[in-house]
Order: sequence, then structure tokens, then C-alpha cells
Amino acid sequence: MSSATAETRLVTPSAPLKWQAARVVATRQETPHVRTIVLDVPDWPGHRAGQHVDLRLTAADGYQAQRSYSIASAPETSKVELTIERLDDGEVSPYLADVVTDGDLIEVRGPIGGYFVWERRVQRPLALIAGGSGVVPLMAMLRHRAATPGDGSRSPALLLFSARSVEELIYREELDRLAARDARLRIAYTLTRAQPVDWRGYRRRIDRDMISENLAPLGDTPIVYVCGPTPMVESAANLLVSLGHAPNDILTERFGPSGTGGI
Amino acid sequence: MRSVEDLVLDGNAAAGLLSQIFVPEMTTAQFTCAGCGAVHPLGAARLFEAAGLVLRCTDCSGVLLRVVSAPGRAFIDLSGMRRLEITLPPST
Repeated sequence: MSSATAETRLVTPSAPLKWQAARVVATRQETPHVRTIVLDVPDWPGHRAGQHVDLRLTAADGYQAQRSYSIASAPETSKVELTIERLDDGEVSPYLADVVTDGDLIEVRGPIGGYFVWERRVQRPLALIAGGSGVVPLMAMLRHRAATPGDGSRSPALLLFSARSVEELIYREELDRLAARDARLRIAYTLTRAQPVDWRGYRRRIDRDMISENLAPLGDTPIVYVCGPTPMVESAANLLVSLGHAPNDILTERFGPSGTGGI
Repeated sequence: MRSVEDLVLDGNAAAGLLSQIFVPEMTTAQFTCAGCGAVHPLGAARLFEAAGLVLRCTDCSGVLLRVVSAPGRAFIDLSGMRRLEITLPPST
């Protein structure tokens, strides 16, 4: 009986996902255009790093708009954090990025998606490639990794993070802290449009040489997660394949309209 | 103006809708494309959102699956998949 109990814990809930009201308990400005909202979801079943939620807003006249947002927080935390980039022509993101305040209720359903997920029991080297707010689901993975006790047991990991300017590097302080505490985690930044005078990172879009020199220390068979605007993801995935990575080792998550061209 | 390319996502983004229709997790289900025979997880397929939702093959861009939703109903066309291998949760 006890083994059956252990087994059932692994079962994905088979009931259809239900919309439920989540309460905003905190907000945090990450960059001028990006804000994190912290949600208390009453019946949250827990999530895996890389999953997303669907979020629904209803106007007074009944009009509804629905979007998917990646979860930024680690599975180890009880609150659900979403990091939202404001799209100037967006229907939903300006409200979430500018208007929502503590105590507001927002309808969500989730967690959703079993494909673009990473779990720390995976022993293979980990490569994360982010463009702009594509860093969000990858941050959940890095936070999940950081929750692993024992630095020595971690496999090597890399984050290659592209943004237009240093102000748009979401989570930069936390990322630098994570890298300082984790000898096996390396973070490389590239700024594609504007760089501070003392900038020591890359100054161009992600290209073949950049992927090659950063992934080489991870050995032959890292598992690679790429998230960002569609053209950036397409380009990175094609470069990875041309460098000999197996298509099945490259997991991608593309954004739709993102306003992050030029990354 | 948004270009068509802007609206292309991964099959992973269809997970919410698919979870309303199918009980098991579908983004990790392996499809076999009826057109080219490629085998990949549905989460790696290309998602196009138009009047309905269209998943296209990662390799040949052939249509794998169409879902059109209407109030209280959904119409599903799976004819672009020769096979779908679904991992079932352990029975309880």
C-alpha cells in the first residue's frame, strides 16, 4: 500500500485544469518595462521549472483576453511569480505591468506544459539561451538548480543571455549572485544595441562563435533550452544543429509578438 | 502590424487548450507525421493561431492537428498524424 501511495503522488492530476482566482500579494519592478507579480493561488498543486500559466482578464462588458505567461519562481516556493514585459500594443501586459496592485484578483489556470521543463534530477550539463524576457522560464530552472543542496553534485550549467541594453537585463543582480555562489554555473551576457563604456560582455547578437565557445566547456551532450522572440530562437536552434547538437536535445519556447526585435 | 512569423509559437503553448481536451499530458506525446514520418514531441511542433489552432510538423511543416473551438464544443482534425504515442500516468 505504501508503495502505491508513493506512486500516486507522481500522477499528474487528471481533472481538467480549472480557472481560479489568484491574489496579487506583491509586485517588483525588474526593469523599466518589466515587472514581477507575486500570486497567491489557493489550490496551487505545485509546478515544474519551465511551465507556464494561462491568465485571463475580464472587462466590465464581459470581453475576455487570455495570455500564457511563464512561471519565474522555483518549484520550491509556495507563491507563483510571473515576470511580465509590457508590450506597448498589448491588451493584457500593460495592465499587468503597470496597473495591477497588491490585493487584486486575477484568474489563472495551471501549471501547464510538460515539454519545456527541467528538473534537477537530470544529470546532464544544462545550457540555457535567453533573449529578452525569454529568460523568465530559464530563471525558474536556475532558481530550482540553486535550491539543490550540495554544490558538488550539480552538473555544469550555462546561461547565455541576450538583451538590447544593460537596463533590460532582467534579474541581473540575482543572476550574478547565483553565479558567484555556484562554481559550476557560468553566465555570459550579450548586449545588442547599447553597451556601457566598461562593458566586458559580448556586443552583438547571438551567433555561431558565441554559442560554440560558451557551450564547449559543457561537453558533448548538454540539454539546451532556448527561449525568446521567434527569430532569435529560430536562429539559435539552427546554429545549435549546425554545431552538431541533436535536435531532440534542443528544447525551444518562442514568443509571439514580443516587441523585442533586435535581440 | 504583426507579421505571420510573429504568430508562430511552439506546440508547448497549446498545452492549455490540449489539457481541456485530452486527459494525459500532450506536449510530451510523440507524434508521427503522416506526411514525412518524423517523430517528435507535440511540444516541439510549430503552433499557428488563426481561426483555430494549428500544429504543424517540426520537420516538413505539414499540418498535424487542427482544433477549432465553438461555444461548448471543439472540432479536432488529427488526420495529419499517423500515430500519437502518449505516456499514461501509472494507474491508481
